[in-house]
Amino acid sequence: MNKAAPRKPSTEVIKEASMLKQKVMIDENFTRLSTANEDGRKVVSTFVPGNLNELLMCFDLDRNFPEINALQNGMRKKSGRLIMEAERNGQSEDVCTYVKSDLGMIEQGNIGPTGEKLPDPDVLLLSYTGCFTFMKWFELVRERYDCETIMLHVPYQADGSITQNMRDYVVKQLKDDVIPTLERVSGVKFDIDRLRQYLRQSQKAEDDLVWILQAAKNKPSPIDAFFGGVYYIGPIFTAFRGTEAATEYYQTLRGEIEQRLAEGLGPVTPEGDFGKEKFRLVVEGTPNYTNFREFWKMFYDEGAVVVASTYTKVGGVYDLGFRHDPDNPLKSLADYCLGCYTNLSLPARIKMLCNYIDDYQADGLLVNSVKSCNSFSAGQLLMLREIEKRTGKPGAFIETDLVDPRYFSAANVKNRMESYFQMLEQKSATQAA
Amino acid sequence: MTVQEIVDRCQALFDDLDFNAVKDWKAANPAGKAIGYLPIYVPREIIHAAGMLPVGIFGGGDQLEVIHGDAYYQSYICRIPRSTIELGLTGRLDSLDGMLFPSICDVIRNLSGMWQLLFKDKYVKYFDLPQTYKDDIGGAFYIHEMQTLREDLGKLAGREIADEDLQNSIAVYNENRQVINELYQMRAKQPWQAPTSEIYLLLRAGMVLPVEEHTQMLRGYLAAAEAEERPQRDNCRVVVNGVFCEQPPLGLIKSLEMAGCYVVDDDFLLITRWLIDDVPTTGDPMDNLSKAFLHHSAATSAKFEPDKADKGKFLINQVRNSGAEGVVFAAPSFCDPALLDRPMLQEALNRDDIPFTAFKYAENTGQMQAIREQAGTFADSIKLWSA
Repeated sequence: MNKAAPRKPSTEVIKEASMLKQKVMIDENFTRLSTANEDGRKVVSTFVPGNLNELLMCFDLDRNFPEINALQNGMRKKSGRLIMEAERNGQSEDVCTYVKSDLGMIEQGNIGPTGEKLPDPDVLLLSYTGCFTFMKWFELVRERYDCETIMLHVPYQADGSITQNMRDYVVKQLKDDVIPTLERVSGVKFDIDRLRQYLRQSQKAEDDLVWILQAAKNKPSPIDAFFGGVYYIGPIFTAFRGTEAATEYYQTLRGEIEQRLAEGLGPVTPEGDFGKEKFRLVVEGTPNYTNFREFWKMFYDEGAVVVASTYTKVGGVYDLGFRHDPDNPLKSLADYCLGCYTNLSLPARIKMLCNYIDDYQADGLLVNSVKSCNSFSAGQLLMLREIEKRTGKPGAFIETDLVDPRYFSAANVKNRMESYFQMLEQKSATQAA
Repeated sequence: MTVQEIVDRCQALFDDLDFNAVKDWKAANPAGKAIGYLPIYVPREIIHAAGMLPVGIFGGGDQLEVIHGDAYYQSYICRIPRSTIELGLTGRLDSLDGMLFPSICDVIRNLSGMWQLLFKDKYVKYFDLPQTYKDDIGGAFYIHEMQTLREDLGKLAGREIADEDLQNSIAVYNENRQVINELYQMRAKQPWQAPTSEIYLLLRAGMVLPVEEHTQMLRGYLAAAEAEERPQRDNCRVVVNGVFCEQPPLGLIKSLEMAGCYVVDDDFLLITRWLIDDVPTTGDPMDNLSKAFLHHSAATSAKFEPDKADKGKFLINQVRNSGAEGVVFAAPSFCDPALLDRPMLQEALNRDDIPFTAFKYAENTGQMQAIREQAGTFADSIKLWSA
């Protein structure tokens, strides 16, 4: 195989303006959270998929996302000891490591990824979208805090569409349970016009995000839609959707990518420009966060770029047309919750992936199956087979974890990736002959 | 019939992984359809009201060699979906005309999609149960879900399911639950007269037999067990918790008993006791089933507990009401609901000074020695403490 010489690991990580801007936004949010209790600001903890960020902002609540804390701890190599702390306190080795990372962090004083203390929540908004484990997670967190828990049950799209019954159910919960409780906890009266204003901001950012993700249809792709994509979804999937800061972030990012596209450049990697694009992949599943850069390097060293991924849809499938709608605010929030990727049926997920392979002219599909997320992982082997059958494109399957370093075996993953790239190269050579 | 004859029949039904009882029922009811369901709960009354046979699918146990099923799942996923796939792919579930997958966890949820892909000619429904319990919110959603099932099954049956059909079916299942409750009360009072290894087989028989026949069988067992003198042992009394989905091997239940534990309450086959009170047989049957689910159903790991103060209360009541001296937590490996719930339940037990022990199993666990030793030590320690 004609391999590009692997780059020596760089100590200096290359970052674009948008990445620096995002870093500032995230750091500021952690700092703001660290002073929330003492400054008397109310705090809500909630989950990423189907989050109601715009609604929560209407009540002046600071937003804390335990999944983000866990992944940030993973990226900073802190999650391993937190997980073991939770296991020492009775959690099973079998269960989700996001949960254990969070519980371990709370047990050790609730010091967040940046070293600043995270606040005690005033309310837990259990947006039960696309993940059963969320429910147990907040029942466990609730044991440690004296605060209210709001359950927002989002039905599963088992038959591939949102029914009126599902939508009505979610809207009714918003009207009768979620909003009144948030009013009571925050002391702020709900103002639907304020919500509309945030949703307008969301729309702008969503339009830009879709443009950015779809830029990967170009050859070469100016973005990596999985590893790079993790950064691109950061603001819009979390505490910033609906803010002007997020809108500006996506405008900046779009500008950068327009520039790269005009210059015919590939994505930016932590070690600089991508180089020659050899393989175009679609990735199903979540990233591994404990060895994020090492994992990414296995791709760009081989000239493999991810042109579409499903992970970048866990906080909304905007590329399939959904936008938050200020004219129908509550219905729009309901549809958003119902439409997140992990709330879709397996047949719908397969269809989406097949379309990605086709639309983004991908050479194959890689599934990164993580131990911690059954919502993603259960059924992925059948998905892989079905997609290979329908598209004729080869697939590969690797197993890691989200934030448990014990489940990332670099040698095994690299070995499998290299074999896969060899196969893709041979297939490409055969087709060219 | 004697106890042994009844238990032998149940054992034969339990061992039959080809579901011949279902085939026999269909042969006797040529127009009848059979609808499978996975744990934990579906309203079987609706299936019954359609003139169909509800069939509980609880995995393949320890007697099924899983060949195909393992190719569909990673090593860190529990056993029940892979053995269920194995049952399906080997044709053992061909007698079923449809399958219901209740909302219990992400694995079973996704199995519903796999079933849609693998068995395209079958009726497949993911049955979403509400996690909010107000009548006008969770109840309205649930009634609609049930109504959809009612209409779907009506189409499959070729006739509409009338309210009267449902009311009749509700009465039939009320009766079944009443007799099961009698059985549980008898066991709690005199566990040596009704060992759990037998109770379990009796309940499993109800997963494949028509409910009316099952009720008669239970009555027969009750009468036979009361008439039979069995030796009382100096065992401790325990509640078993965590076994609501993937089933432990029968050998594990026997091992607990051999280790000195009388199981006096449990969450095996919870569908048989999910609804705690009788469902009214007059009025709107959907509304009645909904209210029963929302306000009078068992607590389990797959259900949200809205009130922090109530977490673990159902289990503690099981302990108190059955006169148990401790709890055995037995959870399937990789079962997120049971394993994540367990520390909260253990904290609740600690607050009430109720001793417990905990282990994991798989439906095909073959080596019982370690479990027997652990359960035996637990039983001995209870006896020592209470002495």
